[in-house]
Amino acid sequence: MSAVTAGSPKSMFDSGVLGWLRNRVFSSVPNAIISMLIVWLAVMTVPAAFDWLVTSSVVHADGTRECRAIDNGACWALIVEKHRLILFGLYPYDEQWRPLIVVGLFLALIGISCSRRFWNLSLIPIWIVGIVAIATMMWGGVLGMTFVPNERWGGLPLTLILSVFGMAFAFPLAILLALGRRSKLPVVKAICVTYIELIRGVPLISLLFMASVMFPLFLPDGMNIDKLLRAQIAIIMFAAAYQAEVIRGGLQSLPKGQYEAADALGLGYWQKTGFIILPQALRIVIPPMVNSLIAMFKDTSLVVIIGLYDLMNAAKASFVDPAWRGASMEAYVFVASIYFVFCFFMSKYSQSLEAGFARAEKR
Amino acid sequence: MKARILLAAAASVAVSFAAPAFAGATFDAVKARGSITCGVNSGVAGFSAPDSKGEWTGIDVDLCKAVAAALFGDASKVKYVGLTAQQRFTALQSGEIDVLSRNTTGTLTRDTSLGLNFVGVNFYDGQGFMVPKKLNVKSAKELGGATVCVQPGTTTELNLADYFRANKMDFKPVVIEKLEEVIAAFFSGRCDVYTTDASGLASTRATSAPNPDDYVILPELISKEPLGPMVRHGDDQWFDLVKWSLYAMIEAEENGIDSKNLDEMLKSTNPVVQRILGVNGDMGKALGVDNKWAYNIIKTVGNYGESYERNVGSGSKLKIPRNLNNLWTKGGLQYAWPVR
Repeated sequence: MSAVTAGSPKSMFDSGVLGWLRNRVFSSVPNAIISMLIVWLAVMTVPAAFDWLVTSSVVHADGTRECRAIDNGACWALIVEKHRLILFGLYPYDEQWRPLIVVGLFLALIGISCSRRFWNLSLIPIWIVGIVAIATMMWGGVLGMTFVPNERWGGLPLTLILSVFGMAFAFPLAILLALGRRSKLPVVKAICVTYIELIRGVPLISLLFMASVMFPLFLPDGMNIDKLLRAQIAIIMFAAAYQAEVIRGGLQSLPKGQYEAADALGLGYWQKTGFIILPQALRIVIPPMVNSLIAMFKDTSLVVIIGLYDLMNAAKASFVDPAWRGASMEAYVFVASIYFVFCFFMSKYSQSLEAGFARAEKR
Repeated sequence: MKARILLAAAASVAVSFAAPAFAGATFDAVKARGSITCGVNSGVAGFSAPDSKGEWTGIDVDLCKAVAAALFGDASKVKYVGLTAQQRFTALQSGEIDVLSRNTTGTLTRDTSLGLNFVGVNFYDGQGFMVPKKLNVKSAKELGGATVCVQPGTTTELNLADYFRANKMDFKPVVIEKLEEVIAAFFSGRCDVYTTDASGLASTRATSAPNPDDYVILPELISKEPLGPMVRHGDDQWFDLVKWSLYAMIEAEENGIDSKNLDEMLKSTNPVVQRILGVNGDMGKALGVDNKWAYNIIKTVGNYGESYERNVGSGSKLKIPRNLNNLWTKGGLQYAWPVR
């Protein structure tokens, strides 16, 4: 290809759409082959997917059978019928405005926490107010709202509770673990290293199993800890171990001079850590933290195995109904798009943060 | 850190003390708590699954409601806990739930070494075979050399192999993990036979077959799966209440009492009906509940037949025939001890 174009004078082919095509899409023989393959794949799949998703899809029907009789595309009637079950799980139907507000509260809390203006101690009271408001809306029992026990929580609010609270409560624990791991006190260090390596050495699914199947047997007779709380604690413990390693990375990336300068000023350990080391280290690790939040958000779907009705399990429950059997793909596509929207915005936010830090570094 | 202290405070709300397992304790604890905690399957159509409004329905759920109706006169006083197969026994052993009503097969080891008691049978199931009608097969004994679609599982695959070996027949298994895929494989003709529990066969035929009349379920059942509720060892009074809540529903059907004619039946002169409905005798008192216990069950949940038809039988999409679950007077196995 280059042989053909090498001697040719500058022409309309160097600019515009054709130029872009030549430079980017067909710049060499392997690239051209890959480009053609991608175009072929797109031609093969996109129209069929679009047809399934949109053109041949059915929005109004009473069941999968009726859907399939009308057209052979996606049966979105399932989502029309079951969207409240998927979004809010087993929460009492007439009270579902409350979890809806909770989702709004979560978005507000996350939004505030993402804004750099609030990156100071004012976040602590904001979170306390947020948590109290979320707990009040979910449980109720005050202000004329009926009490809803937490066995009935589910759907998107439950997924957000498990992942956001999991990360938020893991954070202080993770800081202590990371500091402990770099501590000069041998016992503290040993405990932290053991904890981190032990937790990181097992998959989340086995921790959840421990929390839900083994742990109750160890409790004294007659004592019970709520299933949701057990799962939440397991997730916090898991997230803390991973975050601790991320934070340790931040601590280690600080130049030794920072530690020595703080020591030279005569600052004690906690002053040095609190005023000099942590503020710098935590700033560095925010993008990887967002990354682990994305992972955590998706990992919470593992609570399916302990019978909690999070977004994923509620979606599964939606097509158990015999009238809607066979519409699993539609339910999965629906929850996948919800997961995608959340993860996409988190990842965009992480990118913008990194760009911001890069600018700050240059200055 | 403050937030964590707050969580701890909130957590203490969630930590509850249920009854330790000694005689009468579960019964008393449930009564004091004012609601029953019932372990159910987190999603099996007809047995226990949340409907579009997030309310639990199913034949196993009806049993939980029946116990609540007997004890409190109110079928809504139930807290449901969705459980996976791995969790179910621990949840009962540890006291997280008071009764396990989760399509669980009763076996000797579960009844003994797990420390649980099998109360009764609310659904007789068993592994069966479904074939296309055009194959003209009348009995499982004619299936030699067939291709069989089966899901890999603890016993389904094993029972299949045992049955064919015992009858000196060959078969080619097509093992597919996912339910939807194994069903699709069978209806597309990749195998001659599909095997799973009979209830599963009937519901698959009713909901997924291109034309349900083109398929037949063969009469042979090759395994016994008596499904029913379980309670912990150690509280016989609680065991009795769960058992008789189930029996009341069966006994009501046998004596022609249903949720519609219930109030007329109160005037019945039949002493059996009078005893069941608490018009005569102290049956409820013997159980430690109100004498109207069975009346309350039938009023809110209906008799066994009504519950069956509504959830898995002709009134549902599953359309599972009564067969073994018919009353003993109609050729089935459902046989309750007399209320007297």
